[in-house]
Amino acid sequence: MADTIVLKAACASDGESLHLQGVAGRGGATRILGRRRGGRRRLADALGLCAALALSGCGRDQLPVIAARGPIALAERNLLFTAAAVMLIVVIPVFVMAFWFTWRYRASHPKAPYKPHWSYDWRIDMIVWLVPAAIVIALGYLVWTKTHRLDPYRPLVASRLPLRVDVVAEDWKWLFIYPGQKIAVANELVFPADRPLSLRLTSDTVMNSFYIPGLGGQIYAMAGMQTRLHLRADGPGSFVGRNTQYSGIGFPDQYFAVHAVSAASFRAWVARVKHAPKTLDAAAYAALAKPSTRFPVTYYSAYEPGLFDRILHKYTARMRAPVPPPAPHPGGN
Amino acid sequence: MLGNLTLAAIPYDNPIVMGAVAFTLIGGAVVVGGITWLGKWGYLWSEWLTSVDHKRIGAMYIILALIALLRGFSDAIMMRAQQALAEGAAHGYLPPYHYDQVFTAHGTIMIFFMAMPFLVGLMNIAVPLQIGARDVAFPFLNSVSLWLTAVSFGLVMLSLGVGDFSHAGWTGYPPLSELRFSPGPGVDYWIWAIQLSGLGTLMTGINFVVTIIRMRAPGMTLMRMPVFTWSALCTSALIVLAFPVLTVTLAMLTLDRYLGTHFFTAAGGGDLMMYVNMFWVWGHPEVYILVLPAFGVFSEVVATFSSKRLFGYTAMIYATVSITLLSFIVWMHHFFTMGASATVNSAFSIATMVIGVPTGVKLFTWLFTMYRGRLRFTTPMLWTVGFIVTFTIGGMSGVVLAMPPADFVLHNSEWLIAHFHNMLIPGALFGYFAGYSYWFPKVFGFQLNETWGKRAFWSWLVGFYVAFIPLYVLGLMGMPRRMWHYNNPSWQPWLIVAGFGAVLVLIGILCQLIQLAVSIRDHAKTRDLSGDLWDGRTLEWSIASPPPVYNFARIPVVYDRDAFIDMKQTGTAYVRPDEYFDIHMPRNTGVGFIMGMCTFVFGFAMIWHIWWMAIVGALAIGSCIIARAWDDDVDYYIPAAEVARTEAARFRALASAADAERAVADNFRMRPLPELVD
Repeated sequence: MADTIVLKAACASDGESLHLQGVAGRGGATRILGRRRGGRRRLADALGLCAALALSGCGRDQLPVIAARGPIALAERNLLFTAAAVMLIVVIPVFVMAFWFTWRYRASHPKAPYKPHWSYDWRIDMIVWLVPAAIVIALGYLVWTKTHRLDPYRPLVASRLPLRVDVVAEDWKWLFIYPGQKIAVANELVFPADRPLSLRLTSDTVMNSFYIPGLGGQIYAMAGMQTRLHLRADGPGSFVGRNTQYSGIGFPDQYFAVHAVSAASFRAWVARVKHAPKTLDAAAYAALAKPSTRFPVTYYSAYEPGLFDRILHKYTARMRAPVPPPAPHPGGN
Repeated sequence: MLGNLTLAAIPYDNPIVMGAVAFTLIGGAVVVGGITWLGKWGYLWSEWLTSVDHKRIGAMYIILALIALLRGFSDAIMMRAQQALAEGAAHGYLPPYHYDQVFTAHGTIMIFFMAMPFLVGLMNIAVPLQIGARDVAFPFLNSVSLWLTAVSFGLVMLSLGVGDFSHAGWTGYPPLSELRFSPGPGVDYWIWAIQLSGLGTLMTGINFVVTIIRMRAPGMTLMRMPVFTWSALCTSALIVLAFPVLTVTLAMLTLDRYLGTHFFTAAGGGDLMMYVNMFWVWGHPEVYILVLPAFGVFSEVVATFSSKRLFGYTAMIYATVSITLLSFIVWMHHFFTMGASATVNSAFSIATMVIGVPTGVKLFTWLFTMYRGRLRFTTPMLWTVGFIVTFTIGGMSGVVLAMPPADFVLHNSEWLIAHFHNMLIPGALFGYFAGYSYWFPKVFGFQLNETWGKRAFWSWLVGFYVAFIPLYVLGLMGMPRRMWHYNNPSWQPWLIVAGFGAVLVLIGILCQLIQLAVSIRDHAKTRDLSGDLWDGRTLEWSIASPPPVYNFARIPVVYDRDAFIDMKQTGTAYVRPDEYFDIHMPRNTGVGFIMGMCTFVFGFAMIWHIWWMAIVGALAIGSCIIARAWDDDVDYYIPAAEVARTEAARFRALASAADAERAVADNFRMRPLPELVD
């Protein structure tokens, strides 16, 4: 089993490319979401890899849902496999019976027994009600525990504080505000791979859905409302995040680059953004919010404080009242 | 004078749209020309357009559904072609705004104008015959329902050539469907088309609840009702309970768009989440409205062609009723990703999986009906077996989606598209096709061609798998739905395969069209003289094919669930009654048709903001209602002597049927039931 994976990510921005090579020990220092990696997970990994190889000649990267690269995505993927496997308890008998009965009791096969009035057997009745009910009870327990454990609002337990990022959906681009770093970036999300991500999301347009396949989870971003999402990467790597909720003609191009990088690279990247010539003032924000496609990755060395909350509150009925002070953002700086 | 309507509304510059318009106009001209050439306008008016006969209304509903199927499928194959082409720098042949209208129209048409008319048509044809009634409870209302649905589809078709259609998806989520993001008439076409047809559907629901509760033949207790009638009752109850929610939701969206209210706009304190909740409070029961009648058809078909009593009737009914009730408490599974708490998400997730239990019971019930039966693989039976196998796969992918954490990675992806097509194509459409070929000989008196029917089935079945299994893979590859182009070369091979699957489905549809033409050509040779072509088990097979306008000369008395099998076994099936009585029947009326046309004018005027025309249309609709209310000449009596003449001809046909039918369908006939084995 590959306990260490080497990821080579090309992280290109502003014409400059930054190559990262990292060796990530998975399931190492920070234990997330409960139990240690055991035989079941090993089996699930093997299954996932087989499925990935079977389905795609291009390797794991083409199947982000199966070849998960973060603990959240992995747990979600494993639940998917478990549900499908449990359902086989029903599916396989249905298949067997469908093919066996249609063959055996065909009219052209006169030797097969024929009971035109047989229409009830309490044993069969018990089995067809109780076995599916038992499956649902088992799956129900699984759903209850996993849904709570994988609640996108639930902060991740980790040895390092999460990185806070505020996300705003625009037509048809994404704005990432880093309150701890006091920077803002359009269409690129960079974060240190050894820290969880703690996201607040809203929309300054129609409803969007924020999803980074391979990293996990998806959550709607809606005007006037704030949603939360917590994510984490296994190690350095690149992803493509996007809006999955149809939002108008620019929808297919509403994707953004995601880079999980080493702590040092993140510091370097922040420093680079801090030196960017643009700042996200009112005019720059208006330009950003104007509907457009293929908006380039743009770095803003500063933004007007309280921007996220202003976007959030401009849609609410309380818009005429003074904007309340921003609520303390749980989880990290 | 003409509101927002100008000549600029006609998209002259879009060759694809103009081609579709031309195709539609040529098709319409051929039909109109053909009717004129044959001199059939009078016949069409007096026997069909003004008919209140449930069998003819049912047939017209199904004709509407088949036309809508052609249109909806054209949209589908256009999407598959676009996505097979539009990778990377290639942008396919559809501009984005047009592609977005195509997927919106596909969903809207398939749900509201293909599936709904199809199931309502089957209910119209089968329910009164199965319960031993002479018509539905409100025959005139039935005619109004039909024409409201038909003219609403007319509005959707009109949007091709005049203005545009909604681009906001068939669910029309605000704020995208609000004026700020969709200023054109497209969303208004969508609103008024489904609002007006929804009113027709609501009236159908009321009609069938009353018909089934009040008009059953003596002896037919609830637990002796045929399973299709049970499913029609549950579907009608769901319609009555769910459709008003859709009506109100659309009315609120209409107020937002027309009067500037803020029910769903975020600015001004509106809440789009309220729309999403309300839409799915209707939308999830709607799924079962579509599926339950098909389940009913499968139950009839599987028992008939297994030549065996349905296994576990009571379990089947309890399963149907519990699905009906549970369908109202699962709506939130359409948006687990909206940020509800884990407890709320879990509750709706578990409720969703609970629905899997009665659904599983139904599957096993059908399978055990086949067990120790004598299976005849006619076209309806093939659709049923194809359904059982295919639907199970969809159930499996659905349980995966029902788990919120798994849904987080699959929501809005092609997996979702594959899943619900995997439920609705086998679960609803295959059932409608089974019902179509099962009851066609009952309605028209001759059989559909079996060879072409089987070809259609195999093309559809294989086409389905080739078209939709790749979408499951694409979902795992992270491909979202509704993409008019994409930048990921690894998706393209799968989309090309899916496009090939759509071509196979097209071949299936062509086979069905050929089947209809061949069957009409050969109808003299395939006449059903006995009225009982399939060795049926329920009352509709006890009368002539096509049935006389009054259906039953004497209302039958029911002693068993399989009422007609019981009659055949006790020797009372073909006993000629001593005397006949006058039969009270509803008179045909053109008011329903005229009301439909006025509704078309009203809807068109509202879409284009032509206020004077809207007022005229509304007044005309009101006048129709008042005129009808004052009309006392709405019924008539068929004299007993005429009934006796009709029935005498029926018994003469029956006498010659024994020989004639052997030539027609010998391989399907089961001679009198053999000795009991058990």
